[in-house]
Parts: sequence; structure tokens; C-alpha cells
Amino acid sequence: MNTHTAPTMSSATIGAAGEMLAGRPKITAKNVNVYYGEKQALFDVSVNIPEKSVTSFIGPSGCGKSTFLRCFNRMNDTIPTCRVTGDIEIDNADIYERGLDVVQLRARVGMVFQKPNPFPKSIYDNIAYGPRIHGLARSKTDLDQIVESSLKKAGLFEEVKDRLHESGTGLSGGQQQRLCIARAIAVGPEVILMDEPCSALDPIATARIEELIDHLKENFTIIIVTHSMQQAARVSQRTAFFHLGVLVEEGVTQMIFTNPRDRRTQDYITGRFG
Amino acid sequence: MASALTVWERRRQRLRERAIEFVLLVAAASSVFVTLAIVAVLIYESLGFFSSVPITDFLFGTVWTPLFSNPQYGILPLLGGTLLSTFVALLFVAPIGLVTAVYLSEFASPRVREIIKPILELLSGVPTVVYGFFALLFMTPLLQTFIPNLPGFNILSAGIVIGIMIIPYVASLSEDAMRAVPNNLRDGSLAMGATRLETAVRVVLPAAISGVAAAFILGISRAVGETMIVAIAAGQQPNLTLDPREPAATITAYIVQVALGDLPHGSLAYQTIFAAGLVLLLLTLVFNIAGFWLRHKFREVY
Ligand SMILES: Nc1ncnc2c1ncn2[C@@H]1O[C@H](COP(=O)(O)OP(=O)(O)OP(=O)(O)O)[C@@H](O)[C@H]1O
Ligand SMILES: [Mg+2]
Repeated sequence: MNTHTAPTMSSATIGAAGEMLAGRPKITAKNVNVYYGEKQALFDVSVNIPEKSVTSFIGPSGCGKSTFLRCFNRMNDTIPTCRVTGDIEIDNADIYERGLDVVQLRARVGMVFQKPNPFPKSIYDNIAYGPRIHGLARSKTDLDQIVESSLKKAGLFEEVKDRLHESGTGLSGGQQQRLCIARAIAVGPEVILMDEPCSALDPIATARIEELIDHLKENFTIIIVTHSMQQAARVSQRTAFFHLGVLVEEGVTQMIFTNPRDRRTQDYITGRFG
Repeated sequence: MASALTVWERRRQRLRERAIEFVLLVAAASSVFVTLAIVAVLIYESLGFFSSVPITDFLFGTVWTPLFSNPQYGILPLLGGTLLSTFVALLFVAPIGLVTAVYLSEFASPRVREIIKPILELLSGVPTVVYGFFALLFMTPLLQTFIPNLPGFNILSAGIVIGIMIIPYVASLSEDAMRAVPNNLRDGSLAMGATRLETAVRVVLPAAISGVAAAFILGISRAVGETMIVAIAAGQQPNLTLDPREPAATITAYIVQVALGDLPHGSLAYQTIFAAGLVLLLLTLVFNIAGFWLRHKFREVY
């Protein structure tokens, strides 16, 4: 892990006692259960996600990290067999409320996927996609502005500014992933969900994304699913460990990694299973 | 086990492999050979035709009366009839074919798809002579209630029915192209807050566009070659017109009409069939090549 140039957690974010003051909760989940048909994938998960910080979800494959993540933008709605019960609130408003507009929700809660999935359109049109759908730009100059600032925030502008009208699929994997981050940023979300955003990338591209995430947390609430414990340690302030559909423990990242309370967490981080 | 075989057995095995390979090659080659033979006959007979009729008269002449006492051999009226009926068919199939494909690929539940798909396939198995009578006896009278002076034979009715005939083909190929678009693009779009319709129209369809275009081009190429419907419902007089309400003959309709007659072998009128057939072949060839090229291109995207 020391080959990476990404910032590790600075001691400033951790209090002397090792406990960080969690910010105002942006998202609160209470007793969330998720079922795929008859099969239950999550059991009574409750957690608070603090605002403008990075929370990572870790745990062995199949433990329900992605399932939980997809509850926050209701992407689980797109799976016909999937059923979610319990309460999830963003800024104290129930996102599973009847009649809630998922289109609006997904504009507030952006998502970045495991495999970079730029649309087979130009770089410009990739970024402009969301703003166009949500009618965010009043004019062409407005849109140009949004595209440029989104690319800048995603740290991609310098690399692509001369080829905005070339296809987004022609970029390298790491660039594609930053394009997808820029695309999500373009609609001005408050929360960004990332499902293993670096698992298809090489170490250098990974380091760049981690750097970016560290930067983005100043303006966005970020939840990242990762299989790399080093990555969780590097980028996140809080970490939640899942096992077999249960949230085993959640807390300040450094505490989880140095002093886990639960035996299962300890086994996982010391590599005894998973 | 290979090592347990004697040299002799192995040699015999290799020989058998060779023989089978050879038989397969012959089988594959024969279909290519037949096609080449057809093209050769077309070209050979056409050469005979073009030795008596200048090729410029053929390509640019606006009157086609090879069976009259003062024959003229301008292909344009037939070509025009073919293109006009194809154009009408395209106008008709484009919206319906696209909507069907989008619906089947993006909206239909698996159960609905399982019902509709076989119906589409059934439709494409209906003999075209049935479509021809459908055009003549149903579509034309129907159209006549809207268009009072519509003649009993007209391009419009034939074109629309050709359109109906190729809907299943175009819709099914377009749907294949759209379903080949990977799901992570749909997820990406939905996660941006796009609706399913926006996702279908703004992401999936553009991503599949070369495949969809190929489906349409292959459909067009079938429309160009369609024979029975136009022969039955469009009338058989060569007529250079842009008005689909008029009757007109197409290349294919002319070929059946003349081939059914008792023209002496080797006569110039007889050879017109081959010249017209050559034009038809080239036309469909161009569309097919364009279609296959597009399909190939669309495979490379992902
Ligand atoms: N679409 C689905 N239909 C049915 N079951 C599903 C579906 N998606 C996930 N599951 C099941 O739900 C459980 C949790 O899956 P999930 O994808 O959330 O795990 P994960 O922690 O993200 O795993 P990974 O680290 O491998 O991505 C698994 O047992 C999985 O088989
Ligand atoms: Mg997952």
C-alpha cells in the first residue's frame, strides 16, 4: 500500500482519543431489510452516514454491500424481485415515501459503478446528459459551463479539453471512471455512491481516483464500497463492516482497523476469511 | 490415448479428417458456386442485350416498352417504381418497426415478449402472395375511402403492405441490436435520474444505432426484391412517376410478367429480363453490403 501516492488519513481528522466527531447525519437508515424474492439479503441494518465525509462499506463478497448502497438511490427498484423495508431518510426526509419522485432522488444521489460505463457518446455529451434530462442549463453557454466545471472537479479537464467531442469510450479506464464521476457531479448531487470504483483500474489510476475522492468530500457526502481494506483506510473517515447481510460494526475507520470490537471484523481485517 | 495409437492408425485418422474437411469444403463452395453461376448467366445474357442496346439508353431512357413494335429500353420507369414502392414501405415501417423494437427490448416483460416474438415470426412466414391479395382486396379499398380517385392498382397500397411485411424482420433485427447494448449503460442512465423511456431513446437506441440502421437497410433490400405484392397490387404498366397513388411496374413485377409470357429464347425482349435482373441484383447487393458493414461496425463498439 505504500506504493500509492494517495493521501492517507491525516491525523487532524482524528481526535486525540481516536474518535472523530461525526458530522451531521446526511443519511439515516433504520432497520433496513432487503429481499430478492424469497431470499433475504440484508437484515435490520441501521446506520448514520455523516455529511461531507467518506464512508466505506467493506466485507466479504455477497455480504450485501452493493445491495445496501443501491437502497440510497433506489436503484433496487429496477430489479423486479427486489423488496426493501425499513426507513431510509436523507436530510430527514423519507426516500421511500409513496409518491416520491425517484428521478429527483437520483439527481440528488449520484452513482459511480464498478466498471466504468461511459455512454458511447462524446465526452461532452456524456457530461451534458444529466443536465439535459433535468433541464439544468438554460443556454448552450450554461451547458458548456457545467461541462467544464464538472470535468475540472473530476480532475479530467486538462486531459480532455482538446477532445471534448471525441467519444468517451476512447479514454483509458481511469479516465473513463473520472468521466463517470464528472457525469454524476454534473447534475449537482449531494451524495455520491461508488460501488468498487477502482476495482477495474491499475494502481496509478486508482491513486488518482482516491485523491479525487478525498477532494470531493469537501462538497459531497460519499459512500464507497471497496474490497480493498487499504483503500478504505486511505480514503474513508468511517467504515462499516458487513457480514452475511448483517452490519457487524460501524465506526471511525482507524478504530475499525486498529481496534475492532467484534470478532468477525477482526477476522476479516486480519485476512482470516473473505 | 494418442500415444497408444499405432502410426498406421494415426495416419488413417488424419486421412479421414482430411476427407471430411474436403466434403465440407465442397458443400460450402457449392453454394458460392451456384451464386457465382447465377451472376455469370445474368452478366452473359446482359452482355448480349447491351450489344444491341447502348447502355446509356438503358440507364437514362425514360420509356420502357420492350414488347412494343417500336421498343424502347429505358430502365428508369421500372427503377423508379421499385424505389417509390420501397420508399413508401420504409415510411410505413420506420415508426412502427422502431416502436415495436423499443417496446420489445426495453419495456415488454419476458412473458409479453414470449408471446409477441412468435407472432412476429409467424407473420414473416406468411407467403407473399397472400400479402399481395391483402393489398389488392383489402388495403386498396380501404385507402379508396380516404383517397377518392385512387386507382385499383397503385404503388401506395403495395408499398404499405410491403412495409407491413417487413415490420417483423426490421423490428426483430432492431430488437436484437438494442438488447445487445450492455446493461451497465442502462444502469448508468437510470442512476442519472433518466426515466426508462429517456434511457431507451437517448442511450440504448443511439448505442445500437448501427445495428438498427443495418436492420432497416436489410429490410429495404427485401422491399426492393419484393415481387408478388407489387405484381399483384401495383399494376404492371411501366410508369415514371413520383406519385405513389398512380399504378406503376417495378423491376421485379416486370420480370415475372415477361418471364410468364412466351418470349422466344435469345430474343432481345427475352434478354431484357437479365438486364433488369442485373440492375436488381446490384441494387440489393449494395444494400446488403451496407447492412453487413454497419452490423459489423456495431459489433466492434462494445
Ligand atoms: N439481482 C439479484 N437477484 C437476486 N439476488 C441477488 C441480486 N443481487 C444480489 N443478490 C444476492 O444478494 C446478496 C448480496 O449481494 P450484493 O451484490 O449486495 O453483495 P456484495 O457485498 O456487493 O458482493 P460483492 O462484493 O461480490 O460485490 C448475495 O447473496 C447475492 O447473491
Ligand atoms: Mg457488490
